[in-house]
Amino acid sequence: MRTISTADELAQWRSDLQGAADAEKRCITICGGTGCTALGSPQVYDAFATEIKARGLTETVGLKRTGCHGFCERGPVVVILPEKFFYPSVKPEDVPEILDRTVLNGEVIERLLYVDPATGEQIVHDPEVPFYAAQTRLVFQHNGELDPIDLADYVLRDGYAAAAKALTAMTPDEVVQEVLDAGLRGRGGAGFPTGLKWRFCRESEGQPKYLICNADEGDPGAFMDRSLLEGTPHAILEGMIVAAYAIGAQHGIIYVRAEYPLAVENTMIALGDARAAGLLGDNILGTDTSFDIEIRQGAGAFVCGEETALIASLEGGRGMPRPRPPFPATHGYLGKPTNINNVETLANVPLIILNGAEWYSSVGTEGTKGTKIFALAGKVRNTGLVEVPMGATLRQIVFDIGGGVPPGREFKAAQMGGPSGGCVPAQFLDMPIDYDSVKEIGAIMGSGGLIIMDDNTCMVDMARFFMEFVQAESCGKCVPCRLGTKKMLDIVTRITEAGGNPRTSTNLSGSPRSSRSARCAGWGRRRRTPCSRRCGTSGTSTRSTST
Amino acid sequence: MAESNAEVAVIEIDLGVLEGVFELYPPDTDDLIGLLGEAQDACGYLAPEVLEAVAEYTGLPWARIYGLATFYGRFHLEPRGRHSVTVCRGTACHVRGGKRVLAAVKRQLGVEEGETTEDLQFTLESVACLGACALAPVMVVDGTYYGKTNERRVEAILRSYRRESE
Repeated sequence: MRTISTADELAQWRSDLQGAADAEKRCITICGGTGCTALGSPQVYDAFATEIKARGLTETVGLKRTGCHGFCERGPVVVILPEKFFYPSVKPEDVPEILDRTVLNGEVIERLLYVDPATGEQIVHDPEVPFYAAQTRLVFQHNGELDPIDLADYVLRDGYAAAAKALTAMTPDEVVQEVLDAGLRGRGGAGFPTGLKWRFCRESEGQPKYLICNADEGDPGAFMDRSLLEGTPHAILEGMIVAAYAIGAQHGIIYVRAEYPLAVENTMIALGDARAAGLLGDNILGTDTSFDIEIRQGAGAFVCGEETALIASLEGGRGMPRPRPPFPATHGYLGKPTNINNVETLANVPLIILNGAEWYSSVGTEGTKGTKIFALAGKVRNTGLVEVPMGATLRQIVFDIGGGVPPGREFKAAQMGGPSGGCVPAQFLDMPIDYDSVKEIGAIMGSGGLIIMDDNTCMVDMARFFMEFVQAESCGKCVPCRLGTKKMLDIVTRITEAGGNPRTSTNLSGSPRSSRSARCAGWGRRRRTPCSRRCGTSGTSTRSTST
Repeated sequence: MAESNAEVAVIEIDLGVLEGVFELYPPDTDDLIGLLGEAQDACGYLAPEVLEAVAEYTGLPWARIYGLATFYGRFHLEPRGRHSVTVCRGTACHVRGGKRVLAAVKRQLGVEEGETTEDLQFTLESVACLGACALAPVMVVDGTYYGKTNERRVEAILRSYRRESE
């Protein structure tokens, strides 16, 4: 491992790597994300490794386990460089043929190609697959080509160049201003301007200051943060270095869910490598900036995604939220100024610093800049992770990229924003999605979970499902949430068992309103939405599918 | 009969293994969740005597430690089975039939969520979301993810672990 003590050395290392890289060399990349792993990618990788060794091709053929390609539905995904031949759903028994024909002779194996379900056409190259072609991959651009645990592979692709630029050529205030000008808003759900959050923490009195990366991706249906940590952990570390420099923090913590073992493992390795290379620790790149990061694992509590609950959990307590203000920017971890950003937010930071606010803000809508990664799941043909510019429509995501609902079925709604979000029915398919527009129709963008429902999905059952979820996950601190969710679940359950009457529905929409202000957790205040947004928008489908 | 029951139910916990855990954390650590997690990994589950040992080591009231152990889903106060079966009850799994998968696992194992089979082979749990939504419905056995499951696959998967145990 090289030790990097100045920005010039980093640049030198990059140019050495670029000089040594052979763009023409055939390289087999295999997705090593959780999705493809579950579908058998380790066996495919092993088969390639064995075969390459047996044939003495170790020098001439590259083999790489990459981060998530996003197209989890068709895993294990194999892409052969430099041509980018795309083979989905590869099995170990396909390996010898792929080596013989594609890797050694550049031939395409037709039977392994992806067939576009819409046109029946065979697709040869990775970027031409409609699932990818309709996306705008900025944050995700390297996820499918990088070896997540190889620092050199990241440095080769401008890795840590943004950190070097920020630390050596910009003042902390300039960094904050750049992020503010870029219009970056928190990707964890609330959409608060990131630059403003940084400024608050920067201007807070008190030392030390803490920077926390919130990787407690609790919303069911969202898995972009897992994929980013698994696939490009160094990008998150780099985003954290820049953020820490901007706010003046020396200590960083990544709070990650215990349910994400691979993300934890890859991030640990990345942390160790970055530290060994001198990119974390004292006097990073020869500057006065010192910053280090530790990983803390959550223990399976949904509420800990809320920032005050997360802090309580870090401090060794029950993860219960507290009223704000005071905000963590002034009174956070251990009572000190603390800035908490979501994984995806931090992953955007290096892009902004490297390419500038103007470049970044050219993507997106008036009020929301950049891209958003959505986790597409449920009743849709192509499930996986999808990155689109802010302002893309639901129709583009679900139909152009997702391939629509399964054959013979009809799109009913898309559930957005996790349990405290809402269901967006078909009438809003052509509405551009950003934080503000989604709020206007009563849902929330949340962290980007997008679960598609077709005409087989009963909306009342969904309402009950979410009430069950929020009831089970209520931390129990505030009465309206603890008892209210129980009551509401009882009512919804009664409706699903055909025991409802006009009064039950009135009770449901009226009762929780009075107590909204009495709850600590931001998402606790939205407890009512699982019911109102479902029962309200889909009365007709209720009759046809449930009762 | 009584003897064989006793053999199954009583699990001796060697508190000595906690020494190794305590070496990793200073007594005044605020990473109590990490400490409890490691203690659980070392001892199998958080038996009352384990919680007591942690309370004593950290100098915190037993109630505080117990409060943590009962708040977080990852901590277990009962003995665990040899294999841990986790079924996802997230939204994506739900709309693709996750409930039926969970029901099938319950039927196969004869236990409810949070329970362990009598022979201490399997512990069944459900989790809010495993983050593998693209492969819904998902279940995990001993850290191995099984995607696109259904009632039939569940049977085969569990059978393979049963065989392995025998």
